[in-house]
Amino acid sequence: MNDMTPTREEREAKLQGMGCKRKRVEDVRFTQGRGQYVDDLKLPGMLFGDFVRSTYAHARIKKIDASAALALPGVKAVLTAADLKPLNLHYMPTLAGDVQAVLADEKVLFQGQEVAFVIAEDRYVAADAAELVEVEYEELPPLVDPFQAMAEDAPLLREDIKDKTEGAHGPRKHYNHIFDWQIGDKTGTDAAFQGADVTIKEMLSYHRTHPSPLETCQCVASMDKIRGELTLWGTFQAPHVIRTVASMLAGIPEHKVHVIAPDIGGGFGNKVGAYPGYICSVVASIVLGVPVKWVEDRMENLSTTSFARDYHMTTELAATKDGKITAMRVHVLADHGAFDACADPSKWPAGFMNICTGSYDIPVAHLAVDGVYTNKAPGGVAYRCSFRVTEAVYAIERAIEILAQKLGMDSAELRMKNFIKAEQFPYQSALGWEYDSGDYHTAMRKALDTVGYDALRAEQTAKRDAFRRGETREIMGIGISFFTEIVGAGPTRNCDILGIGMFDSAEIRIHPTGGVIARMGTKSQGQGHETTYAQIIATELGIPADDIMIEEGNTDTAPYGLGTYGSRSTPVAGAATAVAARKIKAKAQMIAAHMLEVHHDDVEFDIDGFRVKGLPEKRKSMKEIVWAAYNQPPPNMEPGLEAVSYYDPPNMTYPFGAYLCVMDIDVDTGVYKVRRFYALDDCGTRINPMIIEGQVHGGLTEAFAVAMGQEIRYDEQGNVMGASFMDFFLPTAVETPVWETDHTVTPSPHHPIGAKGVGESPHVGGVPCFSNAVNDAFAFLGSTHIQMPHDHWRIWKAARALGA
Amino acid sequence: MIPANFAYHRPSTIEEAVGLLASLGEEARALAGGFSLIPMMKLRLAAPEALVDLSRIAALKGVREEGPEIVVGAMTTQHQLMSDPIIAAKVPLIPETSAVIADPQIRYRGTLGGNVANGDPGNDMPAVMMTLDATYVLAGPNGTRSVKARGFYEGAYFTAAEPGEILTEIRIPTPAPGAGYAYEKLKRKVGDYATAAAAVQLTMKASTVETIAIGLTNVSETPLLAQDAMTILAGSRLEPEVVDRAVAAAEAITNPASDGRGPAEYRTAMAGIMLRRALARAASRAQG
Repeated sequence: MNDMTPTREEREAKLQGMGCKRKRVEDVRFTQGRGQYVDDLKLPGMLFGDFVRSTYAHARIKKIDASAALALPGVKAVLTAADLKPLNLHYMPTLAGDVQAVLADEKVLFQGQEVAFVIAEDRYVAADAAELVEVEYEELPPLVDPFQAMAEDAPLLREDIKDKTEGAHGPRKHYNHIFDWQIGDKTGTDAAFQGADVTIKEMLSYHRTHPSPLETCQCVASMDKIRGELTLWGTFQAPHVIRTVASMLAGIPEHKVHVIAPDIGGGFGNKVGAYPGYICSVVASIVLGVPVKWVEDRMENLSTTSFARDYHMTTELAATKDGKITAMRVHVLADHGAFDACADPSKWPAGFMNICTGSYDIPVAHLAVDGVYTNKAPGGVAYRCSFRVTEAVYAIERAIEILAQKLGMDSAELRMKNFIKAEQFPYQSALGWEYDSGDYHTAMRKALDTVGYDALRAEQTAKRDAFRRGETREIMGIGISFFTEIVGAGPTRNCDILGIGMFDSAEIRIHPTGGVIARMGTKSQGQGHETTYAQIIATELGIPADDIMIEEGNTDTAPYGLGTYGSRSTPVAGAATAVAARKIKAKAQMIAAHMLEVHHDDVEFDIDGFRVKGLPEKRKSMKEIVWAAYNQPPPNMEPGLEAVSYYDPPNMTYPFGAYLCVMDIDVDTGVYKVRRFYALDDCGTRINPMIIEGQVHGGLTEAFAVAMGQEIRYDEQGNVMGASFMDFFLPTAVETPVWETDHTVTPSPHHPIGAKGVGESPHVGGVPCFSNAVNDAFAFLGSTHIQMPHDHWRIWKAARALGA
Repeated sequence: MIPANFAYHRPSTIEEAVGLLASLGEEARALAGGFSLIPMMKLRLAAPEALVDLSRIAALKGVREEGPEIVVGAMTTQHQLMSDPIIAAKVPLIPETSAVIADPQIRYRGTLGGNVANGDPGNDMPAVMMTLDATYVLAGPNGTRSVKARGFYEGAYFTAAEPGEILTEIRIPTPAPGAGYAYEKLKRKVGDYATAAAAVQLTMKASTVETIAIGLTNVSETPLLAQDAMTILAGSRLEPEVVDRAVAAAEAITNPASDGRGPAEYRTAMAGIMLRRALARAASRAQG
């Protein structure tokens, strides 16, 4: 070889494949303001829609008078439920098997509910006109507290289903009841509790919050009446599902509905479902024959399109006196607001809440979830988590701390004692999941060693003594969380959305000169798919990632997929990508063998081409093979080089991690400072470490926000309080702690490349970690549990109540 | 988040601005940096028919010394206050306050006049101006007049300014050399209004408080001058029991709203804590 021949390392580096910190290709346009978002779309003759929204949480609509609005120059139409009823579009189906009013039908059920849709020449006229629509209400008593929902004299909310004793998930116990979902061994669990040495029970409230994508929900609907085709551009995390729903609702054949999700400015679960704004825009475009744009403002986003959480979890653990957990029992009261618009796979009304046994080998467990209606906005979505997994992890990780406190045991030690052992995988949990792989002890030990856990506990003891002596007004909390996620929904045997199995897809097409276009059924909202999918293909096929273009979001060109949420892109579409690439690779091997004039079993893949086994100089590069695929294919072989894969995952993936937070709290003000935050993530095979680190930073920042203050509050009348960034806690760079990241690698045994997904882990693991830090700080004063969010005044109030 | 229709005027002299406000009538509003008025218009809590933008009036900008006073033009921005050498040397309480108002982008446009003139109890500068015993100069159709900051605030968004008057300058008595000062603000995050805040300006001689003024932000309908606390502390050596009494006196005049920052009792307690901390820091800075 001469000096010009690249080394194996150089050839590998040139690919920028898996494991490489490849810079995000999409950032070239994002950082230069050249992204193309829905609101950048300007079509000839386009009109603008704006909602008239309910001022009350619960009221009867006596009269809607749109005459003044219609008289305003530039106003084209005002839609109300009366206009939608003949089309049977005044209600739409939700993902949870309920229906949701598109425009309020006789009654309003939450403040901010959509009452009328004004369509005008520009958004300024639309806003003026919305103010001119006069709605006469008769106030009804509001139901705000979910614990009062099933009271005998509770106000009846849903008159449309008041006589339905069966809901989508079984019998309803009360007119404000939605479902009762139970799983596990009740008898066995009750028995284990009865004979237990030690038990703990705590009602752990996970408050109502909301995702905050920079770009709010929005769409443009354009009906071409001549062709009978509808085009809908929107901020959709699941564009293909939206197309199916739009086709079903509008009665337009699916191939004549074109759904396009352009660049999306963040989703976090907010953009999975369908909202009244989409339906109204479509109807308006069909009625008026011109494109109609609808863009939510920030207050509308926070107060109407889907909230997250609002889970009230009575959590119990039973254990032996030396700390072996023997059973878990959880009852959840789930506040879904006025309509059950929970974005879960259809068979899972409480999502994957049954992952609540966490990372522990708990022999028997029982979970019951009661969903109820209240006069609040409908939902809830999985805010940067797989379905209800943040809630589940919060319940077990707080409960572990409370149990450790009762046992007088260090909580890290209690975790170590109860972890599922590496040799137990695949592990069958008491509540029905099969955990794919894990090595929890190694991860936990690495975390404790890295942060110097024993020294931190010693420092804490000294600070507590100083506090007791009156020498300081600052206390120190050490928060630990060890989470196991369940992501990558999911196997079609038990996961579907409106009957559509939750597979995903990839289609890879290689052009004659080696350029590649690949399309997936997912949709990036900032995750960096254009970068990472290309890295998978680069490694699998030996083609440089820079020669591979990734495209998602256009339902006309991309293969059908269920979209991006629940950390499913890498586990499902990432798997499809690898499988499709391997199909191409198999054909490339045949072509290479033909070119090298040997049997195909005698050639092997070698970084960026194929070589003859034992004769490494006899090789063909992928570039040569690709050209030959089109121009000199072997006899009896079709020309071309492309493949598609629809991947039905055999199981979920189970990323895990060990997080630790050190927090100092000023008891006089409730002001806290996160001194240190360490996050060890194990997401299996790591495709792009830089993107993983970015995901962890972002997820931790959202976890910090939620744990420490991000809340959608209601007053007793059901008025939404503080639905703007003035009150809703969105931390800036100033408030955000510094993050330390680390990792172990335990590949998923069933995923083609062993990857598990990571985008949501930091959020899922972060929230209990912050909450545990606050609770740990106060534990020495006799506190067992302080509810989130831990904003200044609540911390201060807890300190006062404890006599600090 | 879209305001109602309004007409927009941008005069270049004070006289022109006063004339416009007089001719446009009560539905016209003067616009300074826009950080209070524009959000209210977007929420349609305010719907002025006309705005008179003061941003191009050169006479409303800048800082100068005039005899025993420092004169600040009403359209001087928070950023300019933070970088002005006269202010830094003579009234450091002001840049210390500016630095905790909003964020850099807003401080480049937000003005001292806008902050003090509209009577928003959440704004920080009104209590500081009361603490410094500043005087506001108002120009109106009948000429100019002066009103003490300590007598200017009548209620939330209600001030002693008459319709048609604009605030042209803020005149601050130059503090004695070596005076101690501090502004302590508790907030949830950058850009937030104070949960509670306290301003202290004092002079010390032989470890004894000679003169003292205390202002409190966002714990009542109006900014507060903590007169009783000032009386208790004047002449004291800031002994712990005296500070306790003064803090109790200051807390007693608060009447905060319960809101997302916390219930009223918390905000009152925080006014006390902020005062304690401001007192300690101001005393440590005072010479003499």
